[in-house]
Amino acid sequence: MPAIIRVEELTRKFGPITAVDRISFQVEEGTIFGFLGPNGAGKTTTINILCTLLNPTSGRAFVNGFDCRSESRMVRSSIGIVFQDSTLDKDLTAYENLAFHAYIYGVKKPEVKPRVEEALRFMGLFDRKDDLVKRFSGGMKRRLEVARGLIHRPRVLFLDEPTLGLDPQSRSHLWEMVVRLPREHGVTVFMTTHYMEEAEVCDSLAIIDGGRIIASGSPEELKRSMGGDVIFLKTTDNAAARLKLEAALGVAPEEEAGELFFSAPRAEEQVPAAIRALSDMVLSLRLQKPTLNDVFLRLTGKQIRPEDVHGADSVKEELRAYRRRH
Amino acid sequence: MTDLNAIYVIVMREMKKFLRERSRLISSIARPLIWLFLVGAGLSRLVSPRAGMPYTQFIFPGILGMTILFSSIFSSISIIWDKEFGFLKEILVAPVRRSSIVIGKALSGTIVSTIQAAIVLMVFPVIGVKLSAAQIGLTIIVSLLVAFSISCFGIVIATFYESYESFSVIMNFIIMPMFFLSGAMYPVKLLPPALRAAARLNPLTYGVDALKNTVFTSAAKAGPMSPDFSFSADLAFIILSSAAFVALASGFFERKQ
Ligand SMILES: Nc1ncnc2c1ncn2[C@@H]1O[C@H](COP(=O)(O)OP(=O)(O)OP(=O)(O)O)[C@@H](O)[C@H]1O
Ligand SMILES: [Mg+2]
Repeated sequence: MPAIIRVEELTRKFGPITAVDRISFQVEEGTIFGFLGPNGAGKTTTINILCTLLNPTSGRAFVNGFDCRSESRMVRSSIGIVFQDSTLDKDLTAYENLAFHAYIYGVKKPEVKPRVEEALRFMGLFDRKDDLVKRFSGGMKRRLEVARGLIHRPRVLFLDEPTLGLDPQSRSHLWEMVVRLPREHGVTVFMTTHYMEEAEVCDSLAIIDGGRIIASGSPEELKRSMGGDVIFLKTTDNAAARLKLEAALGVAPEEEAGELFFSAPRAEEQVPAAIRALSDMVLSLRLQKPTLNDVFLRLTGKQIRPEDVHGADSVKEELRAYRRRH
Repeated sequence: MTDLNAIYVIVMREMKKFLRERSRLISSIARPLIWLFLVGAGLSRLVSPRAGMPYTQFIFPGILGMTILFSSIFSSISIIWDKEFGFLKEILVAPVRRSSIVIGKALSGTIVSTIQAAIVLMVFPVIGVKLSAAQIGLTIIVSLLVAFSISCFGIVIATFYESYESFSVIMNFIIMPMFFLSGAMYPVKLLPPALRAAARLNPLTYGVDALKNTVFTSAAKAGPMSPDFSFSADLAFIILSSAAFVALASGFFERKQ
């Protein structure tokens, strides 16, 4: 598979701050790539460079084979983007926002209406097409932005925190649409997220912290790098059970709170052997798989989810709207 | 060519928004009429009609210039809104030339201002000005050119500001001085030398002067309140400065941080 995004030693400084620090990665065509990182990690800065709004301080980035610095126009026509903060015109209707997009991306006039309507249907907004965007809920605005990003049939769709601040229902609704994109539209998706459920669905991930990529791979690979799953056992006689497990499986179980536990690379396959070795000594057994959250916590020392970032944003927006009216 | 599409759709967006905001249209026509009838009528008692025309008639082209100045600049600095509300990013990631974006925005301002100037122009019989059909046509064409150059100038200004808080700065330190130093209220040649020099650098001066050249009677053109420059000099300046402003503004947009 060819890499549709290629980033080499990319660095971006803002004065004394190094927002992105010599990062390199590739994204394969037709996949969903997730960019995970805490606040201020450099995710948006990377997206801004990839979508040609920002020049890198050093290093190079290619999208669809075009250089983001010197072939910006070609890059721009290859991509669609949903920015972290809304970029809709709230004084226009949903249809008008999308039609604007279609025209400015050079969609031929007779094509505009069918494409806009198709995108609105795909995102489930067709019956609200003539409403002003300022009357839309947060979830509807987000879906509208994804619909807009698809109108000109981009090769790559960038989604910067597409579901941040949405309620679980709108989140899963939007997410259902996003996972269909590679299959149904051949679109490569590059997204940043704070939600582990969403990261799980990505084909590959890169974890960024303090401007540096500290781990990358598929969700499975990352979790495996944690040293595998952990098996917990309660037995009638922990001391005896421990010896039997050591002999049969070659593991060194530890004990905590009356429970034996040991880590195993592929725990499902170890469970039958463990039970066989202990014959009827097993009272209970549970299996714990590492989550991406564990990976993230171990690597960055931070919880990934920021609370209420979106809340603060919408307060800011309302303030601006207030000032505008007065 | 995709860029014609882009210019078209940028203009259409502004037109839609303009038509939806009736209050903006009303206030932008009310302002010049208030100046014409209240300020003009008041000052005409002070200014002797030795120029062979009442003061209200003298400021009429200046009032047209004012209409164009306010509505062109207001239209252009809506770019600051677009920045603040994020929509500008949607435009800047589109695969179009920066100059097309500038031209689209400038044409929007041009159309909106010219419509307003044309409405204000229609009060000419009330203040005793006589205009032939040809003069009306020429005034509208000149208004188009002036509106385009001032709109382009407004876009250059807008590239310097990030938020709408700067609006009052623009109003007090750019729009008002431009108006008073344009020859709209008093001939440039009567100004003290320093102000006269500033007036000569003001893009609106040549616009107001071109409007005087089209609206004034030949008697008024010879008197002490006559236009300050020749019509062709006015036009040359307006056209050249528009081109320079388009180039400047496109350059500012192209420059990424
Ligand atoms: N225009 C700018 N000027 C100065 N510093 C900036 C600018 N943009 C970003 N930064 C800094 O660069 C760093 C990375 O910011 P960035 O927006 O890329 O983070 P992020 O990963 O998108 O965070 P979040 O999850 O909060 O959106 C931060 O320290 C930020 O303060
Ligand atoms: Mg961000």
